[in-house]
Amino acid sequence: MTEEFEPKIVGFLCNWCSYAGADLAGVSRIQYPPNLRIIRVMCSGRIDPAFILEAFRSGADGVLISGCHPGDCHYIAGNYKAQRRGILLKKLLEQFGVEPQRLRIEFVSASEGAKFAALVKEMVEDIKKLGPSPLKAQVEGLIRA
Amino acid sequence: MEQSEKETPRIGVFICHCGINIGGVVNVPEVVKYAKTLPDVVYAEDNLYTCSSDGLNKIKEGIDKYNLNRVIVASCTPRTHEPLFRATCEEAGINKYLFEMANIREHCSWAHMHEHERATEKAKDLVRMAVAKARLLQPQTEPEIDVTPSALVIGGGISGMTATLCLADQGFKVSLVEKEPELGGMLRNLHKLYPTMQDASESLGHFIKALKSNKSIAVFTSTVVKEVKGFIGNFKVTLQKGNAETENLDIGTIVVATGATTFEPIGMYGYGDHENVITQLQLERLLKEGKLKKPEKVVMIQCVGSREEKGRTYCSRVCCMTALKNAMFIRELYPETEVYLLYRDLQTYGQRYEHHHREAQEKGIRFIKYAQEKPPEVVASKNGKLEVKIYHALLGEQIKIESDLVVLSTPLIQQEDAKELSKMLKVPLGSDGFFFEAHVKLRPIEFATDGIYVCGTAHSPKDTAESVSQAFGVASRAAIPMALKRLRTEAITSIVNEDLCSGCRICEAVCEYGAIEMQEKEGKLTSKVLEALCKGCGTCGASCPTGAITMRHFTDNQLVAQVRAAPQVAKEAAKND
Repeated sequence: MTEEFEPKIVGFLCNWCSYAGADLAGVSRIQYPPNLRIIRVMCSGRIDPAFILEAFRSGADGVLISGCHPGDCHYIAGNYKAQRRGILLKKLLEQFGVEPQRLRIEFVSASEGAKFAALVKEMVEDIKKLGPSPLKAQVEGLIRA
Repeated sequence: MEQSEKETPRIGVFICHCGINIGGVVNVPEVVKYAKTLPDVVYAEDNLYTCSSDGLNKIKEGIDKYNLNRVIVASCTPRTHEPLFRATCEEAGINKYLFEMANIREHCSWAHMHEHERATEKAKDLVRMAVAKARLLQPQTEPEIDVTPSALVIGGGISGMTATLCLADQGFKVSLVEKEPELGGMLRNLHKLYPTMQDASESLGHFIKALKSNKSIAVFTSTVVKEVKGFIGNFKVTLQKGNAETENLDIGTIVVATGATTFEPIGMYGYGDHENVITQLQLERLLKEGKLKKPEKVVMIQCVGSREEKGRTYCSRVCCMTALKNAMFIRELYPETEVYLLYRDLQTYGQRYEHHHREAQEKGIRFIKYAQEKPPEVVASKNGKLEVKIYHALLGEQIKIESDLVVLSTPLIQQEDAKELSKMLKVPLGSDGFFFEAHVKLRPIEFATDGIYVCGTAHSPKDTAESVSQAFGVASRAAIPMALKRLRTEAITSIVNEDLCSGCRICEAVCEYGAIEMQEKEGKLTSKVLEALCKGCGTCGASCPTGAITMRHFTDNQLVAQVRAAPQVAKEAAKND
């Protein structure tokens, strides 16, 4: 029997809304699958597309970017910039053969613990259906060759 | 500075059981064992509670004994405990920016309570990521700023007035802003205040007199806050009175005390269709003005628009006592009037309120419990009366009460303009619409944004006594930065490598704070960060095409190291390093 595929997801969460939302999910003891590894940044605007590509190159099966809701950014508009960059990057990923659904750009506020947990659950399920990242196989192939 | 730039990292990892909060799910000793295998980790141990004085001493001892120059605590969220651990590092002589946290409680043990093995693997991963970042951490210095000794209190209700007086008593200037032409807020509508049953207007009179006679207090009525710029200690606030007049203030700390309003139950239980269906607030006003005509039978319905399945799911906290109070006043005023109280659960909480429930029973108020799925019905009857139908659970049948006054207890809800204020101050509203504090237990009356505080019903439904005590609390919290006079601010700002900068000006365009300006140096155009204006969001860093800008404490290298460490599996990682 083969082990079920458990995707590895890297999450970039802004300190003020989404990281706090993830904290609230925990405080509320809302259970979600343990596939996500969170990296805290002060603002989603900090997320350089290069970090996301680096995550995929390092073997992530999915990447989550989450910031404050539109209009709620602690730094005025960093979240809009993160969203714009993310949308552009999705198109680029597709050209690399990476399904754009592996990158999600979301808005989670400090009070949305339940939304955060549901989001992670959904993302894990979606990526399970997609299977391991094709980039991972490519990179591993390169290493072997 | 030099010490850790030159030295190789010597990392100590302290992993917290948090009693059974972490230790009951994550195999902590296994994580300790794993941490010891990670590069540059020279020491690792587990603690029952790392945040206890015993745990903090262990960190200091570890630093001393193993000559640590980086410290990692794997425990709860940095949003609450990072300041404590950072202070401990500083006490032991380590720059506080050489500290890193791994959140293995909120993001791990509490969220994966039934998956011990996978939670343990995740905890190892989070520790590995923290180590990857800690290896690259650099010490930072924090610039000092002056704090303007002047507070702004937004909202002139009982909470705002209390906070204003208390701040002024401590020797600070206070500007109190009220959007209505008069001070007093919700209290202006109320008749008597439970549990003492004193006159609301009498209490109000004392407050207004004290406020107006205090020379440190400036009261602005019919005025709203139009713009807030700046940060703790140095807010620039613009007030607007009417359409034209504006006033600019320099402010150190801000208190949000904007209060609440009550839910208008249009279409519920005949409200809006029959004029003798009113809300508790309307009843208060009739009682206050002595205009309540003698009713024969009064029916009060509780939880109208609150404790719903969806939407307003919260309990409004004040309605049970308000209904009891008003029911008893009606009985005192008109002893022959029958008063029925239809409730789902009667919540006369705490040590002061329960006896009012008993007193009301003794005074002949009739209590009938109804179930949420079988709410009462109010229909028009003859002679302009109302018929209230209610399923009586004990009798097991529907009963009818012919009533000439139906009073609906509706919840306190957030003001409509709260959203605007929330955006202006960059502080959040919760899913129920009320202002959302930084932490329910540890920072219950302040926002995550430094220098901004909240009290009263703007925060959650509460009665006068509770609002007043919260306002006193807020006044003391908001006074701290002003009493200190100077504060150290975060060192997290952006930094430009001029050799890499191509002078493309993208960073200048994306910065929302105007914190980047271009400079010409030896014939080359490069960008320059104005640190006093930089808030440290990092948008410039993410948009720089040449990698010339990075953020202090969130450098590209540190984040990439964390990213690379994230997707590895704990076992593989140990092998590879």
